[in-house]
Amino acid sequence: MARDEKRPNRPALKLHVPEPPYRPGDTPDYSNIEVPAAGEAPRPDSACDDKETIPLTTHLVRVLDDDHKAVGPWDPKLSVDVLKKIYRDMVTVRVFDDRMYRAQRQGKTSFYMKCTGEEAIAISAAAAMDSEDIHFPTYRQQGLLVYRGYPLVKMMCQIYSNAGDHMKGRQLPIMYSDKEKGFFSISGNLATQYPQAVGWAMASAIKGDSRIAMGWIGDGATAEGDFHAAMTFASVYQAPVILACVNNQWAISSFSGIAGAEQATFASRAVGYGMAGLRVDGNDVLAVYAATRWAAERARSNNGPTFIEFFTYRAEGHSTSDDPTGYRPKEESEAWPLGDPVLRLKNHLIALGEWDEDQDKGQEEELTAMVRAAQKEAEKLGVLSDQGDEGKETMFEDVYADMPWHIAEQRDAALKEGE
Amino acid sequence: MNMIQALNDAHKVAMRADEDIVVFGEDAGYFGGVFRVTEGLQQEFGKQRAFDAPISENGIAATAVGMAAYGLKPVIEIQFADYIYPAYDQIVSEVAKMRYRTAGEWTMPMVIRSPYGGGIYGGQTHSQSPESLFTHIAGLKVVVPSTPYDAKGLLLAAIEDPDPVIFFEPKRIYNGPFGGHHDQPVEAWAKRPEAEVPEGHYTVPLGKANVVREGEALTVLAYGTMVHVAKTAMEEAGIDAEILDLRTLVPLDIEAIEASVKKTGRCLIVHEAPRTSGFGAELSALVTERCFYHLEAPVERVTGWDTPYPHSYEWTYFPGPARIKKALEKVMAQ
Repeated sequence: MARDEKRPNRPALKLHVPEPPYRPGDTPDYSNIEVPAAGEAPRPDSACDDKETIPLTTHLVRVLDDDHKAVGPWDPKLSVDVLKKIYRDMVTVRVFDDRMYRAQRQGKTSFYMKCTGEEAIAISAAAAMDSEDIHFPTYRQQGLLVYRGYPLVKMMCQIYSNAGDHMKGRQLPIMYSDKEKGFFSISGNLATQYPQAVGWAMASAIKGDSRIAMGWIGDGATAEGDFHAAMTFASVYQAPVILACVNNQWAISSFSGIAGAEQATFASRAVGYGMAGLRVDGNDVLAVYAATRWAAERARSNNGPTFIEFFTYRAEGHSTSDDPTGYRPKEESEAWPLGDPVLRLKNHLIALGEWDEDQDKGQEEELTAMVRAAQKEAEKLGVLSDQGDEGKETMFEDVYADMPWHIAEQRDAALKEGE
Repeated sequence: MNMIQALNDAHKVAMRADEDIVVFGEDAGYFGGVFRVTEGLQQEFGKQRAFDAPISENGIAATAVGMAAYGLKPVIEIQFADYIYPAYDQIVSEVAKMRYRTAGEWTMPMVIRSPYGGGIYGGQTHSQSPESLFTHIAGLKVVVPSTPYDAKGLLLAAIEDPDPVIFFEPKRIYNGPFGGHHDQPVEAWAKRPEAEVPEGHYTVPLGKANVVREGEALTVLAYGTMVHVAKTAMEEAGIDAEILDLRTLVPLDIEAIEASVKKTGRCLIVHEAPRTSGFGAELSALVTERCFYHLEAPVERVTGWDTPYPHSYEWTYFPGPARIKKALEKVMAQ
């Protein structure tokens, strides 16, 4: 109820509605973002008390320096083979994203979401986990599947909802699921997977298993109740889980401040739950790997969960349905101070003397041809736009283990429609 | 056995046979739940299999999803059905749809138990009957027992079912049957034949109604506490009613309903939940669609009112024998 009566001796109360620093037409300048030098952050033992990580929830764990060298205590000292595998998968994801984005623009599917600028996170985290561990991903972790060797054709069939989609066309494009590869079904309702990951990890502990779980969330979805349920359950039961938050600065058109990032770093939310927390340069492959490995060691040795904020930037729109020029400057992604993760790893490999531009060009051509061939293969099974109603009876399957009478009746009615 | 003991026994029988069953919920571990349905489970099966949960219904449902994905069979307790709403998204969008959206790759064999219904002076947040919110959701099964015998057999069937089951326990009849006369002495289950609960394992199949009383004059469709209230009303009215205890709302025993209504030509539906979009609306539509030419009178519904559940006017809200008898007169007059 608004008061008509003025009270001049009391200040009128005001609501603070966060605004991003730059809007379309502004010149972005991110010199205000503190980017600590690579190698500066200390690395406590992975079995440390959670309180020892408090400084790391406001700092930024970084390994790759400006000269493209790996420095400091978090350097995971990865072999060149692993680095090359990660790099190859990052480029694969980028090429794949471009092809599928174009396929959507060509009307071959309804929707697509790129992870441009965030490739290091899913791929490097996948590399740091065991292949038997499970991920409860959100929608920008296609790199998990790519790293685990999931066939690109199968990913594309899911995107096209064609006959090769093992989920029978029931999920939006990019909402993959694969039990064998430890990739849990993606939900359109945000944050639901986060406490589910904790539940899986609890189950693993209940059964005396040695596998751990990793849950994924975006910065915006940390405002959901499920986020807090996940943090509570993970902490209460000391579940063997890694809870990752990909802070890519944007939840569709709302900047991270709308989810609370103006008041505290996302990583610092771990502190109140008595959980280890790390804030990590998400565009630094080595930092992502090292942090995930540290948290995995911690979980695997019954030292509890870890909450990791991967600090990154969503270089593209939210999805094919989004036009980011409506809410942020076009030049913002170039102004982003942490650079491009693909380029940073390439430069690191070159600095190590293990890579050169010719090799890079050759690899990109090879991967482009591979993705194109996969696309051709997938499209042999059809694309969304040319899907007819053949096999429509499958729509009524899998609601329950056995079809009850009312669904069978409706199936029969549907099959008679148009006769 | 009363219904609480029967449910407790079902848990023990199931947990002894299958070590993948875990039970958790608010106060459900050490203390055995505020209604004591899970009493003794932690002592017998250990803290890894029966434990207390934080006050976070969506956390309870969501972690159960993760456990089911792992391969366990969670049986979770939502302390009162009125508290199920925070878990609604997990139940409706995740639990119910997982088998479908992954074409059977991930399934959610779990039981979500919750005491529901009124008649206990519980006010609006301890008395609701939200079953129709779940019968509306593809992928869920909804069960409501009305006797100790059924409670044990249905819970065991629900635990063994490959699909997620919402198991609403009518808390008004946990300790004894209730015919709807709140000013009369409380009855105990002890002397009732339905309280004779066999030891060990048996199931009451999901999707099968129980003809609790055979009759020719009309068919009464009821479930939970209302089975007993309807019985009282019919006995007091001295009418030869056939009373069907539906036991399972999804899947529904349409054959039993159809056979009974076609025989009697009249149908009265009784439930505690509010009328609009209540499960009675679905039953009424089904009976009309399938038995219209056999009906001697329009289908009649006796329900709670379309208001939140009141505390002080509880017995005005609660569908008791008087309201049922009034509706009965209407059905029989035509």
